[in-house]
Amino acid sequence: MRLNPKHLPLAATVSLFVLLASVGALRYDGFFSAQVFLNLLIDNAFLVIVAVGMTFVILSGGIDLSVGSVIALTTMVSAALVEHHQWPPLAVIALVLAMGTAFGAFQGLLIERFRLQPFIVTLAGMFLARGLCYLISIDSISITEASYSAISQYRLPLGEEASLSVGALIAIAVVLLAVFIAHCTPFGRTVYAIGGNEHSAVLMGLPVRSTVVGVYTLSGFCSALAGVVFTFYMLSGYGLHAVGLELDAIAAVVIGGTLLTGGVGYVAGTLFGVLTLGVIQTLIAFDGTLSSWWTRIVIGALLFFFCLLQRFFTSRPPRR
Amino acid sequence: MNDTTAPTSLGQRLGQHRLLWPAVTLLLLLAVNASFNPGFLHLEWREGHLYGSLVDILNRAAPLVLVSLGMTLVIATRGIDISVGAVVAIAAAVAAWMIGGQVSGGAPRLPMAVAIAGALAAALACGVWNGLLVARIGMQPIVATLILMVAGRGIAQLITDGQIITIYYAPYFFIGGGWLLGLPFSLFIVAAVLVLLHLALRRTALGLFIQAVGINPTAARVAGIRARRLVVGVYAFCGLCAGLAGLLISSNVKSADGNNAGQLLELDAILAVTLGGTALAGGRFSLAGSVLGALIIQTLTYAIYSLGVPPEINLVVKAAVVFVVMLLQSAEFRATVRSAIRRPAVQELRA
Repeated sequence: MRLNPKHLPLAATVSLFVLLASVGALRYDGFFSAQVFLNLLIDNAFLVIVAVGMTFVILSGGIDLSVGSVIALTTMVSAALVEHHQWPPLAVIALVLAMGTAFGAFQGLLIERFRLQPFIVTLAGMFLARGLCYLISIDSISITEASYSAISQYRLPLGEEASLSVGALIAIAVVLLAVFIAHCTPFGRTVYAIGGNEHSAVLMGLPVRSTVVGVYTLSGFCSALAGVVFTFYMLSGYGLHAVGLELDAIAAVVIGGTLLTGGVGYVAGTLFGVLTLGVIQTLIAFDGTLSSWWTRIVIGALLFFFCLLQRFFTSRPPRR
Repeated sequence: MNDTTAPTSLGQRLGQHRLLWPAVTLLLLLAVNASFNPGFLHLEWREGHLYGSLVDILNRAAPLVLVSLGMTLVIATRGIDISVGAVVAIAAAVAAWMIGGQVSGGAPRLPMAVAIAGALAAALACGVWNGLLVARIGMQPIVATLILMVAGRGIAQLITDGQIITIYYAPYFFIGGGWLLGLPFSLFIVAAVLVLLHLALRRTALGLFIQAVGINPTAARVAGIRARRLVVGVYAFCGLCAGLAGLLISSNVKSADGNNAGQLLELDAILAVTLGGTALAGGRFSLAGSVLGALIIQTLTYAIYSLGVPPEINLVVKAAVVFVVMLLQSAEFRATVRSAIRRPAVQELRA
């Protein structure tokens, strides 16, 4: 059986994950347990959700720098409404999801309607969302509300001594849904077509304009959902939550084998991208002698490696 | 573009000048500051130094101006460099480590000249690395510089060992906090870079080459411009500028913080370049515009602080300014507004 070159980056990511996990299992006692691997998902649930939204944006050839700030804004609005205004949690969650979706749609409209660069629009969106956080409060608001704490502490037991959090379950559902959307719906196929060549997609009569808006709307929704999961995870709202998360999400997407020029990539790859980032952190935590800043350097090196790999295996790009 | 006739009168030429709107924005901001704060425009000569809010704004804007100048050239070649904040942190960390943090008051670990050279060399190396990734390997600029942006802070923390290095060696403070001829020394550094850059771009064909690469890289290469070498050079210069900014910042705050030095500086620099009228699509660029853009950002920050507005609003105001500026730069937006203004007029005629 020959491996399709298209699947090679994905195969590389999965092999890298397996390799890192095996290294951990061989070197450290207690590393190879179900809970350590489930914790990867529990601790990075919000990153998985954000990165899935980012995958669609990048597949369409764009970028979204506002995701980290939208998470922070979501935690802030949730905490302020639940703690200071005694809103029912369900209403709060519905509201923040609607807010994130509207925020994404607004950015998408600016990008599509006025032909603005996604980089600058979402950069301004990043400033805006962080600024709005500080307008609510510059301090951290902790959440003591009963149902939030209950959801935060709930663990779905899986066999002996292994369990999953609500956030991780949501993340799994998002990944499954996203795989379906990417490969089995007209929307998903249009996203790939736009990323491949926007001009051709227009000529083919695909709904390019509405899809571009849809991609950013989806990313906004994913960021807000990740914000909800993050709120459960941290049980607090703070303007400095998730600083720089957009970079982690982009890194996860790239390591997952998605081309930043758009058109090529898999949602499943993104999941393994996040898990790879998580396993690096776990390895460094298990080692104990390495400092945390090694995480950033290793992630940078991985990014470099995967970008090189992409250059190597994809068709020759237009040369400068 | 309907207006094909060349502007003749001075007024017309002024009205179409690219620096008009950035200059008007800056003057408006200065006017707002002056009207709320009577002493704003006041300059005072005290103990051989020139004091005043204007000098303060210029001094504080110095690192941003430097980074924006480097960013302008990168953007002119259709690129972008989001690693400058990390490079600032690396340069500051290298300088602080070489000067030596633990040696209180006494001699530095290495001579200051070596420390400065070391920091600038590290920054230059970062720029060359970015340039090689973009020009040789052919990565997208945003991805290529993302690598250093992610890894750079880790490297800076590695150098400082995760701590904030406090600098005790007094002569080093002169770079960012010293005075020469009554003016802050940092202004002389910015002026020197600006003059050298202006001469290099306008007295030689370099500026033309950079524009040609930005407008059409392939055409430029076919026309005999060594496009790749030029691109590497441009990123190297951008790195060097970030290194200089790192020296200024670390000298000014007398410490190097691997995690926070230069945080969000790349975004401010891109904002300054955009405010100055340089299009992100490459090609046309304006050094003076970027300087104006950086001054606008600093004056805006100053206005927000001095008006007693909570500083938290700073980011929201900045976001609003970016949205307005980019909408004004969009041809589609101008067309929409124009037709929205015209349509009611047509309906009136019909009625």
